Amino acid sequence: MGNTLFGKIWDKHVVKQIQDGPSVLYIDKHFIHEVTSPQAFTGIEKRGASIFRPAQIVATADHNVPTMDQHLPIADQLSRFQVDTLIDNCAKHGVTLYGLGHPNQGIVHVIGPELGITQPGMTIVCGDSHTSTHGAFGSVAFGIGTSEVEMVFASQCIMQTKPKSMRINIEGVLNPGVVSKDIILYIIAKISASGATGYFVEYAGSAIRALSMEARMTICNMSIEMGARGGLIAPDQTTFDYIQGRMFAPKGADWDRQLAEWKTLYSDADAHFDMEINIDAADIEPMITYGTNPGMGLSVTGSLPTMESFTDATEKQNYEKALKYMGLTAGQSLLGMTVQNVFIGSCTNSRIEDFRLVASIIKGKQKDPAVKTLIVPGSQEVAKQIKQEGLDKIFEAAGIEIRQAGCSACLGMNEDKIPAGEYCVSTSNRNFEGRQGAGARTMLVSPLTAAAALLTGKITDIRTLLN
Amino acid sequence: MQSLQTITSKFIPLRIENVDTDQIIPARFLKATTKEGFGKNLFRDWRYENDDETQPKADFVLNQPQYSGAILVAAKNFGCGSSREHAAWSILDYGFKVVVSSFFADIFKNNALNNGVLPVTVSDVFLQQIFAQGPNDILSVDLAAQTITIDATGAFETFEINSYKKTCLLNGYDDIDYLLSMREEIAAFEATK
Ligand code: SF4
Repeated sequence: MGNTLFGKIWDKHVVKQIQDGPSVLYIDKHFIHEVTSPQAFTGIEKRGASIFRPAQIVATADHNVPTMDQHLPIADQLSRFQVDTLIDNCAKHGVTLYGLGHPNQGIVHVIGPELGITQPGMTIVCGDSHTSTHGAFGSVAFGIGTSEVEMVFASQCIMQTKPKSMRINIEGVLNPGVVSKDIILYIIAKISASGATGYFVEYAGSAIRALSMEARMTICNMSIEMGARGGLIAPDQTTFDYIQGRMFAPKGADWDRQLAEWKTLYSDADAHFDMEINIDAADIEPMITYGTNPGMGLSVTGSLPTMESFTDATEKQNYEKALKYMGLTAGQSLLGMTVQNVFIGSCTNSRIEDFRLVASIIKGKQKDPAVKTLIVPGSQEVAKQIKQEGLDKIFEAAGIEIRQAGCSACLGMNEDKIPAGEYCVSTSNRNFEGRQGAGARTMLVSPLTAAAALLTGKITDIRTLLN
Repeated sequence: MQSLQTITSKFIPLRIENVDTDQIIPARFLKATTKEGFGKNLFRDWRYENDDETQPKADFVLNQPQYSGAILVAAKNFGCGSSREHAAWSILDYGFKVVVSSFFADIFKNNALNNGVLPVTVSDVFLQQIFAQGPNDILSVDLAAQTITIDATGAFETFEINSYKKTCLLNGYDDIDYLLSMREEIAAFEATK
């Protein structure tokens, strides 16, 4: 019987299979950032061990960094200390760091692909759950905890139990106004925030094949929001074209050799999946979340579930809790609701294509004056490209300031927070209570739907703004 | 890592589904560079009205003095969200040794095991039976036998744990020492790639 794409990559990286236990899995690339690495550095030092393969680690500072005046010292003392600790640790252990001020700096899941470090067939880990983003290139990429970061420091391996396999097929053509973020929000709403726990997901089908690399990354990025260990997409010409010529992409004869190998990375026709889900692209509409986990989503024109639709007492209680936090009522529609904030950024939607999409909607128009904005590119490179393409002029003319690269209001570890009780239409990936600041009310959307909210100050069906 | 064998204790019932890691330990407390002291910020925003700790929320279970113990019992999909191991550290630092739920998020489960906190997955029915017990009732978790028992009723369930992880926990061993001992084998593997 054939093997799945995931299975092919996994099997090739098993150094040893422990009986009745996990596999010792070899890791090709290890990304680290300031928040989840310090205790791992301390741990390895306490053991008196060195880092086994420092050349396979790339570090950046992203979670804590300010998005204004990055040339100045970080004002928040704890944040500065954490970023400084990363600088010290990287220097001490010979790890490449793209820190603040470096042209390669940015959100870890934006810079990896952008620099051509992320490549098909690799195993990639990072102490960050959205590492699944890199799966868009046909790699096995997933988030790990700090103990596991220390494992990779110690041995370039981690102990992992092989997850089950799932394939989600999305066939057909997307409707106007519908983009990849809507696909993944639709899937999560359908299978719930825990629907893929224990699985590694492959996204397949004609609707996926038609997507750009940026759009594929948005989908793989949110795999974790349905509980999946990771998500991946078989590499194809779109993937190869994206990688070729990037800073760390293979060159010359090396490229030819790699390419030949990458072309073998697909699920065999007779591969077995533990679960398969089929989705018709035409069923997907622009999506928005209304609750406090990414599974609580609906079409932007839809109505919230009624109380009566819940039969399970705990579920009902949880729904009530979410409604209370969000200040919403069962059965209501969201269309036309006033929003105070719009955040465009995060490793889900802060790539150049996302800014092009937003610019295409706001071009020649003014933002609603009441809306506060946080528009944050994913990396220095994206920021540079925004300028090169003149998109910054479009944003400026619309009355919108573009910030400097970082995680920003995605998790509010820096000063970019949403005030308590206010709504934020956000292109990020998590609408958990307090995620964007204590009491903040997050509604996850695509960059297009965020652009519509920028212009109208309300939750708006983007399709009404398209001609 | 401390070894863990049997835990007999009262428990704290957290009747909330999809408890995500941002609730377990909000992001603003992730700025530390050590593993200690996270317990005081466990479920911070559910415990206090403000950041100054002067106004505990009376309706939150950790603030109700009748509840105590080394076992946390939560509704399904506990620990979803981010990979922050700070969530496991805060649970351990608060004093929990076992977390019981009918469903755990993957990364949290690994992180807990790597820190000597035992995640025990029970059926929905058994979870409801636990929730039906009072604040003075006792749960017994026996790792070697892989059982969890409600002492008052004698009702019990067996739970799954892979035998490698079980041995690690029982003995307080840690994966990192094991992997360090494998460096030569790993170098040989690299040479074949
Ligand atoms: S942008 Fe948000 S989700 Fe992505 S790495 Fe940063 S904090 Fe995590």
